[in-house]
This record gives sequence, C-alpha cells and structure tokens, in this order.
Amino acid sequence: MTTVTIEVDGKSLPAQAGEMLICVTDRNDIYIPRFCYHEKLSIAANCRMCLVEVENAPKPMPACATPVMDGMKVFTRSKYAQTAQQGTMEFLLINHPLDCPVCDQGGECPLQDQAMDYGSDDSRFLEKKRSLPSHDIGPLIATEMTRCIHCTRCVRFGEEVAGVVELGAPGRGEHMQIGTFLNRSIDSEVSGNMIDLCPVGALTSKPYRFAARSWELQNHPGISPHDCLGTNINIQTLRDQVERVLPIDNPEINQCWLADRDRYSYEAVNSEQRLTQPMIKDGRKWREVDWETAINHATAGITTVLNSGSGNDIGKGIGGLAAASSTLEEFYLLQKLIRNMGSDNVDHRLQQCDFRDDNIAPRFPASEIQIQHYNNLAAVLLVGSNIRKEQPLLALRLRDGCNKKGTKISAINPVDFDFNFDTVESDVAAGGQMVRSLATQAAHVAQIKSAELPFDIKKIADSNPGFEQTANNLVAAGENGLIIIGALAQQHTDASLLKAISQWICDTTGCKLAVLGCANSAAGWIAQCVPGDNGMNAGQMLGQNGSAGLRCFILLGTEPELDSIDGKSALATLNKAEFVVQISAFKSASVMKYADVLLPMAAFTESAGTYINCEGRIQNAKVAVTPKGEARPGWKILRVMGNFLELNGFEQITIDDVTEEINLTDITPSCRLVELQFHPTLSSGEKSTPDLMESDSLIRVVDMPMYRAEVTLRHARALQQTADNPPPAAGLNPATASRLQLNDGNRVKVQNQSGSATLELRTNDRLAENCVYVPAGFMETTDLGRHVRVTVKKIE
Amino acid sequence: MEIEFNTVRKAYNVCLPDSSRDQPWTLKSYQANGGYQALEKILREKTPASEIIEALKASNLRGRGGAGFPVGVKWSFMPRDADGQKYVICNSDEGEPGTCKDRDILRLNPHALIEGMTIGGYVMGATVGYNYMRGEFWQPYEVMERAMKEARQAGYLGHNLLDSGFDFNLYSHLGAGAYICGEETALLNSLEGLKGEPRFKPPFPATFGLYGKPTTINNTESFASVPAILRGNGKWMNSQWFKDLGVENSGGVKVFSVTGHVKLPGNYEIKMGTPFSELLKMAGGVWKGRKLKAVIPGGSSVPVMPAINIMKANMDYDSLQQNGSAVGAGSVIIMDETTDMVKVLERISCFYFEESCGQCTPCREGTGWLYRIIRRINNGHGTMADLDTLLDVANRIEGRTICALGDAAAWPVQSFLKHFGHEFEAKVMAMDGLYAASAGRAGAAANPANATADSA
Ligand SMILES: Cc1cc2nc3c(=O)[nH]c(=O)nc-3n(C[C@H](O)[C@H](O)[C@H](O)COP(=O)(O)O)c2cc1C
Ligand code: SF4
Ligand code: SF4
Ligand code: FES
Repeated sequence: MTTVTIEVDGKSLPAQAGEMLICVTDRNDIYIPRFCYHEKLSIAANCRMCLVEVENAPKPMPACATPVMDGMKVFTRSKYAQTAQQGTMEFLLINHPLDCPVCDQGGECPLQDQAMDYGSDDSRFLEKKRSLPSHDIGPLIATEMTRCIHCTRCVRFGEEVAGVVELGAPGRGEHMQIGTFLNRSIDSEVSGNMIDLCPVGALTSKPYRFAARSWELQNHPGISPHDCLGTNINIQTLRDQVERVLPIDNPEINQCWLADRDRYSYEAVNSEQRLTQPMIKDGRKWREVDWETAINHATAGITTVLNSGSGNDIGKGIGGLAAASSTLEEFYLLQKLIRNMGSDNVDHRLQQCDFRDDNIAPRFPASEIQIQHYNNLAAVLLVGSNIRKEQPLLALRLRDGCNKKGTKISAINPVDFDFNFDTVESDVAAGGQMVRSLATQAAHVAQIKSAELPFDIKKIADSNPGFEQTANNLVAAGENGLIIIGALAQQHTDASLLKAISQWICDTTGCKLAVLGCANSAAGWIAQCVPGDNGMNAGQMLGQNGSAGLRCFILLGTEPELDSIDGKSALATLNKAEFVVQISAFKSASVMKYADVLLPMAAFTESAGTYINCEGRIQNAKVAVTPKGEARPGWKILRVMGNFLELNGFEQITIDDVTEEINLTDITPSCRLVELQFHPTLSSGEKSTPDLMESDSLIRVVDMPMYRAEVTLRHARALQQTADNPPPAAGLNPATASRLQLNDGNRVKVQNQSGSATLELRTNDRLAENCVYVPAGFMETTDLGRHVRVTVKKIE
Repeated sequence: MEIEFNTVRKAYNVCLPDSSRDQPWTLKSYQANGGYQALEKILREKTPASEIIEALKASNLRGRGGAGFPVGVKWSFMPRDADGQKYVICNSDEGEPGTCKDRDILRLNPHALIEGMTIGGYVMGATVGYNYMRGEFWQPYEVMERAMKEARQAGYLGHNLLDSGFDFNLYSHLGAGAYICGEETALLNSLEGLKGEPRFKPPFPATFGLYGKPTTINNTESFASVPAILRGNGKWMNSQWFKDLGVENSGGVKVFSVTGHVKLPGNYEIKMGTPFSELLKMAGGVWKGRKLKAVIPGGSSVPVMPAINIMKANMDYDSLQQNGSAVGAGSVIIMDETTDMVKVLERISCFYFEESCGQCTPCREGTGWLYRIIRRINNGHGTMADLDTLLDVANRIEGRTICALGDAAAWPVQSFLKHFGHEFEAKVMAMDGLYAASAGRAGAAANPANATADSA
C-alpha cells in the first residue's frame, strides 16, 4: 500500500492509494452524508447521498465508491456538492412518508437527520406517493416497507455477514421491493442487526416498537451473559425499565453486531413470571413473606440438614448449583457459602455428564485464540459444535475468514448443521461414532507427522478413514489451526475423551484448542464454583448415573429439570430432597413443587457483576435498572445468607469487596488438560457409549436449543416465538424413519430406560442415521433422562 | 430457413450483406465474400495482437452500442497476458427504442459476428465468448446457433482452431426482456444469473468483469465490423480504407435504423458523414408528403433535434454532437409535422420509468416523477411551474446515477423542453390557460390558494 496525499475542503490528508474517499473523510471526522455505505458491508453506491465535488471530474462523485488518488482535490460542502446532495435528498423524500412523529425510527433516523441538513421544507412533488404492503416477517422485526429507501443494507447484511439470504430486492425500478421472496419469516439468529443497519423506519424492533423515543432513553453499558464472548451491550432504559438492547461496538469482540439472543433476552427481565417477593412454603402452601422471614426460613432449613450430619459428614448432604450465566461474584459467594458449611459440593456445569477429567482440568474453559483472530484462521475443526447457534458472533467471524482468507473448516457433529460457512469435510456421527471419527483424524495426523499414536486412540480409530483433508489441513495450519470443542462435545457422555483426543491432535500439529464453555462458565471455574477433590459434581448431586443425590440444595438461577441434560434424575432428586432454596429471578410450577424457599434475585440488567469470556477478558457490568419488586442482586442474597448462617467471611459491603477476594491473576486462556489422559473406562476396553457398529438400537442425540438453555431465555417472549425455538419434536433421518416405517408428522413414543416422551416426528436428512434427535430444555422431554439408547414407536 | 431481407434498404457488405447475395447467413456465402480470410490468416501467421489493435485504432472504428468508444483502444485495455480466464462478450441486447440493426446483423450476417468475436478472443487472450441477445430474438438466436455449428465444424470455433493451438468457444445467451441488461455491467450480472443491475465503476470490466475476470464487451455491430476492416478491401490490414470511408473521428460505414414517419423505414449501412438530408432521401423522405418536424438521431436516449438542426447535420459523431445530439446507437426516429411532442416525450419517459432497474435513488425516484409530470401535462392538468420542476428534476438525475440510464432519461426531457417547450406551455395554457398564466412560473401555481391570491 502506498500512501498518498489528498486535499479535502482545503485540508491536506494522508490516505492509502485505492481506498475509498469516504474512509479517509470518516477517519478525519469530515462528515459526508450517506445511507447505503456501511463499513462492514460491501459497497453498493446506490443511494447517491454521498456525492461530492472532485476537481476535474465531469460529474459529482460518490465518496463511498471513489478510490482516492494522489493529489485529488475534494470539496464536500461546495455549492456544487451540496446541490448534488440536496438533489438526492429530494428524490429520497418524494415517496417517503413525511410522518416522522408516528414512525418508530423518529428521533434516531439518519433520513430524518439528514433531511434537516439537506432537505427543503417544501415539497414540489404533487403526485401520489408510493405505498407498499408490509408483511409479517416474524416476531423480532417489524416492517413498514413504504418507508424503505432501497439502500440494500439489509440485503447485503444477509448475503455477506449473516450468510443467509432472507431478504432480497425483487422487482425493477419503482417496483423494486425489499422483501422475503416467498413471504417467509426472517429466521437468522443475527437478524436484529438489520434493524440497526436500516437507516429508516422500514425495519424496526417488534418488541421495542413504540415503547419509547430514543431521546428519552438512558444508556447503560453492559455485558451480555448468554455466551462465552462477553458481547458489549447498551442497555437502554426508560423510567427504570429496560426498553431495548443495542450493541456497543467492540472490534475485539462483537464488532458492531449482536446475536438476537443478546438483543432480545431483556424481555425476560420485564416478564410476568418474574419472582418479585420472597416466598416460603408452609406445609404445601406458598406465601409471600419479607426478606428476614425468608432468609430465616432458609437458614433454618439448611441448618436442620447440617445438624443431621455428624463428624466429618457435617455439611456433606448439602450442595450448591449455579446457572452458567451467573456472575463471577455470585459463583464465588455460592461456593464460599457451601465450602464454609463444610461441603465441597458445588458446581455450575449442569449440561455436562462426563466429569472424568475433573482432576486434570485446566483453570477454565478457554479459547487459546483471541476472538478477533477467528477471522484469520487457516483451518478449523469443529468437534460437537453448532457454533452458529452456540456462539453466533463467532460463527460470523469464521464465515468471514472462510470467505476472505479461505479458512478450511471441518466438522464432526451428530447433525450436519446448516452452517453459514462452507465446510470442507463434515462427518455426521453421533454417540460413540463421534469419538471414533475424531480418533480416526488423530490417526491421520499421526501418520502425516510420523508421530506415535497413543494406544488408547488407536484402539478406537477406524481403519477405514472417514475423510482425507481435515488432518492435512490441521497439520498444514499449525498454530494457525484451531480445534473447537463445542457444547455438544461437552455434553457428550465421552466428553473427556473427545477433549483428550483433540488435545493430542493439537499437541502433535501445533494447532490451538478452544473449549467454548457455556455463558460465563469461565468465571465459574475461576471462582472455583466446581467441586473439589472430595466434592460431588452437578451430575452426582442431582442423582445422575445412579448416584444417590443430595438432601439439600441451594440453587442459584437454575432450574435443573430444564438446565440439565438429565432432567429426569434432577427432578426426582429435587422432589425427594429435604430442603431446597431457590434463588432466582423467575418462578415456575416445577420449582414451586420442589423448592421450600424462593428468594427473588435481580436479573442480569439489575445487578453489577464480572464476566470473564473465553479469552480470559475480564469485564464488569454495572446496574442498569433497579431490581423488580423485592428482588436483590444474587451476591447480596448469598452474602446475607452467609451472615444468617453465622459463617465467616461474609462481611463484604460492596460488590468490589467480593471481587477483590477472588484471585484474578494470571488468567491465561489455556484449556489444555494438565496431563493427557485418555479415560480409563475406555482404556480398559469397556464401551461407555453404545456403539452403533454393534447395536441396532437408536442413539438419542441430545441438544439444548439455543433459546432453551437458560431460565432467562426461556422467559424472553419474542425469542420463544422464533423459528430457532420450535416445539420439541423427535428428529429422524429419513432413511432411518423409513426403515422403521415411520413418516414425517407421525406421533411417536420415544422410550428408554428412564421413561418416555410422546412427540411429533420430523424427518431431517441432516441427522446421522440410526439416531433420534430429542432436545432437552423442555418439560415434555425431561422424562428421557440421560439414557442414550432409545426406541421409537408410532402411536396409532 | 426463410429469412426476410427487406429490412435492409442499403448495404455496404461490412456488417450488412447486400441483396445480391444468396443466403448470406450461410458459411458458404460468407466465405465466398471473403469471410474468415482474416481469421485464417491471423491464426496461420500468429499475427501479433498489438498489430491488430493498432489496425483497429487506425480504422477509427468506434463502439456502435451507443457511447462510441474506440474499439481498438478498448481492446488494448485487456490484460492479454495475465493468467486466468478472460472473456469477450457481445452485446446483442439491442433494447434502445428505435434500434433494429443488430437483429439484422445476427440474422443476415452471423458469421461476421462470429469471426469478429473470435478475432477479439485471439487479440485479448480470451478463450470463451458469450453473445447476449435480447429475449425476443428467437429467430436471430436460431440463425446464430446454426452458424455457430457451421463455424465449429469448419474449425473456426472450439478447440485448437485450425490447428493453431488457440481455443475459442462461443455461447449464445438469451435475456429476459429488460432494457437495462443492455448496459454492459447489468449484462454481466444477468449472465452470471444475478439480478440485472448495473455495477458501479470502477472497477471496470477490463479488470473485474464476468465472474470477476477481465472482460471486454462490445456491440454486435462493433464486432461484426472487424473482419472487413482487417481484410482492408483486398489489402491486408489496410484499415486506412475503412477510416477513409468516413470522416475525421468517425471511421467507416455504419448502420442507421431509420424508423418513424418515413416512406421506407429500415436499416441503412452508409458512410459516416453522410448528410442527414441524403439519408432521408434514401428513406424516401417524410411520408404522406408531410414536412419534417424533428428527429431523434441515435435512439430515444439521445437529445431530439428540430428539423432545422438535423437538416444541417451529417451522420457522424462530431457533426451530430455539434448540432446538439449524438450518434448513439444509430436509431434515427423521424417525426413529421403532425407529431405531438408532449405525447412523444410522455411515451419516452414512460419507457425509462418502466426500465429503470431501481437501484439508485435519482433514477428510481426521478424517472417516475418525470413521467408523472409529463403525463399530467399531456392530460391537461399541468401548470407552468411543472415545466420548471421537470427540467430541474432532469438536471438532478443527469450525471448522478450509477449507469447512463439516468442520463438517457434526462436528456430527452431537457432537449424536448429546449426545442419544443412551447408545445408544453401550450398544453398547459390551452387546458387551464387563465389560471396557469396568472399564477406565473414561480411555483405558486402548485398551490391553488396562492394562485387565487396572486390573480386577485
Ligand atoms: C441503459 C443502457 C442500455 C444499453 N443498451 C445497449 C444495448 O442494447 N446494446 C448495446 O450494444 N449497448 C447498449 N448499451 C451500451 C453498453 O453499456 C456498452 O457501452 C456497449 O455495449 C459497448 O459496446 P461498444 O463499445 O461496442 O459500443 C446500453 C447502455 C445503457 C446505459
Ligand atoms: S429495509 Fe431498510 S435497510 Fe433494507 S433496503 Fe430498505 S431502507 Fe435499506
Ligand atoms: S441509473 Fe437507473 S438503471 Fe442505472 S443503475 Fe441507477 S437505477 Fe439502475
Ligand atoms: S453512501 Fe455513497 S452512494 Fe450511498
């Protein structure tokens, strides 16, 4: 790149030869009006608002599409430029409704603003204005297409950034209309960004619509708690109520984007199901009480259980479970509370069922590659990851890298997920096959690098290689390669083995590793909200895997019957437990059945707290609104419980006092096991997962749908209505379905050792054969527990 | 196949064959008249591309699609020796109202186009060519397909042409009826299967064309002229011959499609620089013994010329420009004294309104506005202020759009108002004389309340 000098409005400015004029002026704070240009989108040069005068050019030139040349002289505000800009503005306005007071965009509308500067207060347009029908495009985005100025930002966003073409511009001339081609809904998981991009009121937020005017809103910077990125959000409030969430541009994390999950989860905060008053159960009846009564009741119940133990057993019957979206401080105080009572039973990993590598676990699940470098990778292997739904904004970066840098992405997944990037190779393998597939890749790597393949991997690797390029790509990529362990791998019954094999591949190839934990799980680990050597993990506490389960629980923001992969055991254990304290922002029927005390907790917008993302980046969120009703921040509730239980170390006054107690030094994002161990159950030849090769029963593929994975999301009204949140159904590969003589739409009974679920059958050719996809996170499917072997029968 | 010939009124055997030739669309007839000699010689002798380009430059052949860009210069822009696929594309979309010359070239002289494009491929290092024809060109398409088959069998198309080691494959493509797909970059999008919308430039097709590869697009007539130029009337590469047929800055002969109020409408292949009056005479003069009122000399996109101006002009780039218009696509639309110029402009504006791709603001919004004002004036609901608005809107479209369709929509308006403004004023006044005249042209007439106050 050569540096050139151009002159803009008499000022001489350095520029890169060939870059567009508008980039130079933007960098130097010289404002040129625009509608279609957007830094993150391709250039369309269609709105013609950015016309400027360029010396010796025969016509006004669009600044967004005019490459700079040395010595170029530009005038952005000359009479000539202004006449051109005003001309465009007049054209934009002739068919635009001039009723800003009834438009939701009013007050934050680039068209309205620029009309003030470049428009005239009188219209010469005497003809009838164009008006267009607006279609319902789903629960998130409201449309008023008459207001559209055809800048195609929304179309380009879909094509270029999101990777799903949901909006297009069919029709010609005046008949050109932005729309979904077949009157469909907009289903992308990042669709809300189109609202931010739309420069007029054509696309607005349906939930926010007409709730407030932008100038009335107060801005509160915050952190989205829903995935391991720590997306920066602007929580906008009016009269102490959250009205909207917008992105805060952070080039290192979310850029200017938000996932719909980050944008619309706030609706839960205002939901009717909020728990706003402490409640205790008197016999079988619930009643609202004041905080003191509630905490007294809670501590009395806990103390009773404590006292029923003896000697070394004191406290052992009690355990704490936190939601993965809790803050660092909440994680910390919960584990402190539990540990100070003499128990080591504390965990936040409700979705996990294989804990065999806990003793060799790294400090926290992390990504060894920084988020901002996800666009620059040479090769990626996704192991058990539907990254598009798990970390939507990371998927956008992978897509960008794939398109611009040719990142070669492979996947080993139980479902051939519909990614928004191309995969070079994709193995659809569920259950034990998934482990086998990964082991086979390891064998390839060993061969290429002439490395010795550990015996434990060799045993499971397939002699018949699945695919050819993946191992080569990873070897060639070296430290520019990445293996991503996703949620489906972490929920796998052989999660520890998947991690160990991946790590072996990384060690051998030099690739980096990422274990993308859910929500704020990194903080959970760092605050040691995980069991110690003598403690029980989430699975054991909840009576999974045949364990006895605990007698007393403190639950922090979690509903284990829905948050856990084995909801059946969780529910049974909780119902049986002697005493359950639920600290939560929401109430629900199932919780009311097993809990004894409900303590209303502040939602994520109502509490300060620290979030640690997968890079180990520490970010603090502040309070945006006062907690609803009597709700209090989680950390305060835990602190007061500590006081009432007369435990030491609960004297903190501010949240900073809590944070200071936590060791946050040396947070390096490394997710390698301290020592490479392939888990003994497999080394001894025992198969921990049913292996398809030897059995003709079906394997259940469990997944936590993106809007079911947290209690907050389950109460976010609009998100619950999206296409990403269909009612639970049983998915079957069409070949498998026809083998079982089942058809799409049949009602079927899915049955296993734990129980059964009656569901509608949906055939899905993206699913591995001989599998049944049944999501967790729904009461309808809880009964299936964790047993992987299932049968499917038609109900006549 | 029966192909009527009577649309060709005059031929020079460069692009249009004369009627003495039997079935000129066959390979046999074409070869008998010197066809494929140029290509054969080039392939045999491996004539350096630069020599051919120089010859074309010297011939003064200018692009026949409308803009009149010198063909030799355009061909020299192609990075001939760069690696990777390159394309030559023939623009046979022929959508300009008034034009029908490319159709006759395709139907009657398809091999001239094939030879011209193959030479183009050779010169620019392109091994693939596309001929993009408008969707209604069903017969031309069939003729072309048959001719291409003949050429392929004779070794003029396909792999390793005449054992030269050079490949050239040509494909026909039919459009779907959008005028805008004649704009070269919209054509590229359409060929790629995308919506036919012009791309903004830069980058130009020579660096980023079809599928992002270097591409040259020329009009049918431009390509079809090349073989004759290189044959040089019997003297190899004697392009001076072609140049001398025409006048300074406008080399050779060109096909003009004469339509409208003449006795003998049709295609005339005549020397550049021929006086318009002579062309009119060839076409049998204005029909029904009427007087000439106006002429649009280059298709609806170029400015209209009143009779007095056009009668002074010659049919070449400079002369038409000096007299206020342009050669454009060479579509000469003759209007007699009875023509209602407001109605003509209404029709023309309706065309651009309908054909705008809708991509850029001034054209999408402005063409509809223009059309509606003119329609209103024509229907007797215009005001004097409308005339000012009309001109202003046209000025605000001109030069501010992505492609030249915006200009094409503006120029007729500007020129009709300039030369025939009185007819527009008359329409306004005839229907609402008192009211409009008293309100003046200051925009007040737009508001009846003001008008009354003023006239009181
Ligand atoms: C709206 C519009 C329509 C056009 N239609 C045609 C057409 O039908 N045929 C054509 O040859 N050129 C057409 N052109 C011109 C082409 O863009 C291009 O300049 C031409 O094909 C180049 O060929 P030439 O250099 O041989 O003239 C059109 C241009 C515009 C702006
Ligand atoms: S809907 Fe909005 S973003 Fe999309 S083209 Fe119209 S104005 Fe632009
Ligand atoms: S000038 Fe008209 S036809 Fe050309 S790109 Fe713009 S809208 Fe489309
Ligand atoms: S911002 Fe440049 S044309 Fe739209």
